[in-house]
Amino acid sequence: MVCDDNSRLLHGYLDGELDLVRSLEIEEHMKTCPDCAQQLWSQQTLRKAFRSSNLYQRAPSSLAIRIRANLSQEVEREADATSQPKPISILTPRGKVWNWLAVAATILLAALLTWRAFPLVERRGTSDLVAQELVASHIRSLQPGHLFDVQSTDQHTVKPWFNGKLDFSPPVRDLTEEGFPLIGGRLDYIDHQSVAALVYQRRQHLINVFIWPADKRSANNLHSESSQGYNMVIGEFDGMYLCAVSDLSPGELQQFAQLIEK
Amino acid sequence: MSNAMQAVGKVGRFEEVVLPHLDAAYNLARWLVRNTHDAEDVVQEACLRAFKFFGGFQGGDPRAWLLKIVRNTSYSFLEKNRVVNLAEEFDEQIHVRDVPTFDAETIMVRDVESRMLHESLEELPVNFREVLVLRELEGLSYKEIAEMIGVPIGTVMSSLARGRDRLRESLLRARAREGMRGL
Repeated sequence: MVCDDNSRLLHGYLDGELDLVRSLEIEEHMKTCPDCAQQLWSQQTLRKAFRSSNLYQRAPSSLAIRIRANLSQEVEREADATSQPKPISILTPRGKVWNWLAVAATILLAALLTWRAFPLVERRGTSDLVAQELVASHIRSLQPGHLFDVQSTDQHTVKPWFNGKLDFSPPVRDLTEEGFPLIGGRLDYIDHQSVAALVYQRRQHLINVFIWPADKRSANNLHSESSQGYNMVIGEFDGMYLCAVSDLSPGELQQFAQLIEK
Repeated sequence: MSNAMQAVGKVGRFEEVVLPHLDAAYNLARWLVRNTHDAEDVVQEACLRAFKFFGGFQGGDPRAWLLKIVRNTSYSFLEKNRVVNLAEEFDEQIHVRDVPTFDAETIMVRDVESRMLHESLEELPVNFREVLVLRELEGLSYKEIAEMIGVPIGTVMSSLARGRDRLRESLLRARAREGMRGL
């Protein structure tokens, strides 16, 4: 073997990418070639410098939040694109002569869509709609600038903030010690009424807790569920419904719900 | 199930499968575009692209899959902003030209500071920088790197050899400059 070739293979050796035969050849060569041995040592030193360096650049935590917000916007856009029929151009390029066939097709299509849409709406229960509202509200809260009306980790700042804004007083507890720090709150609107939304954090995950008085009929049938990636836990506490929505695992969210109902 | 709920489900799966590799995505983008602000933009753009293609993701290593998209997005960004010459050739002949000898030099490399390594890596041409980042910081295998950047495995080894040599030379120069400042 010539050294020129070895200086390249040496990197394969260093990276553990050579097969056994080649590795043994390189090791043999090192014994007789001080230059190559020196180079290997030098490269190992460089690698150690890499390993002990702080070159790895971690993503700022705000980035994940922004990306999640982007995704929800993208989802809304995709939903819009699939739920609305594309308008059929009923004017010719000259812009004067109506294409009656296209008009007829549009009317027919509209009739079909309307006819198909109604049964779907009827089948959905009210509680299902509330659940959808809650998930939608959770997703919207992740979009930039939608998360907080009051940003504070202090329960004694967040709770009084709701005074005069709601006709009930939501229970607010910081759970930092339990690993779920309170980070803020806002007013939200669910099932035709203003509700309190508290925002908690678990690692990079955000949890929205929606709180409203428990006497409303529509929430009676609400139950904890997984809505395709988002989990929801509902509980009743002191005459109020508490509904936690998050992308946390169901287990962790359940744990959170138990803490908050204490 | 409505379209909206399906879409929300897609978000959930995407967040579960792809977003754990956000640090890797950011690290690669940061080293390719060399600026935190642009790196964040590139990663956001790449994640959106990844989300759109997510239906076609057939399993496999999600990190490698995401990194490939981040790499493509970074290169598009660099091309658009014309801050880089992408035409540094992968010429096998160049890689074996005179490698300087090492004796006393190696001692300098040994106690190299993180900052100098940082600067030297940043100064490397992007094709060497990326194989070094993928190998040394992300720990990818030659095969994974080869698939990601679309070159043969032998070329990955050559680029690493050349990149490391250039990095070491640059470190030695930086070291010498620091030494002169002390005089």
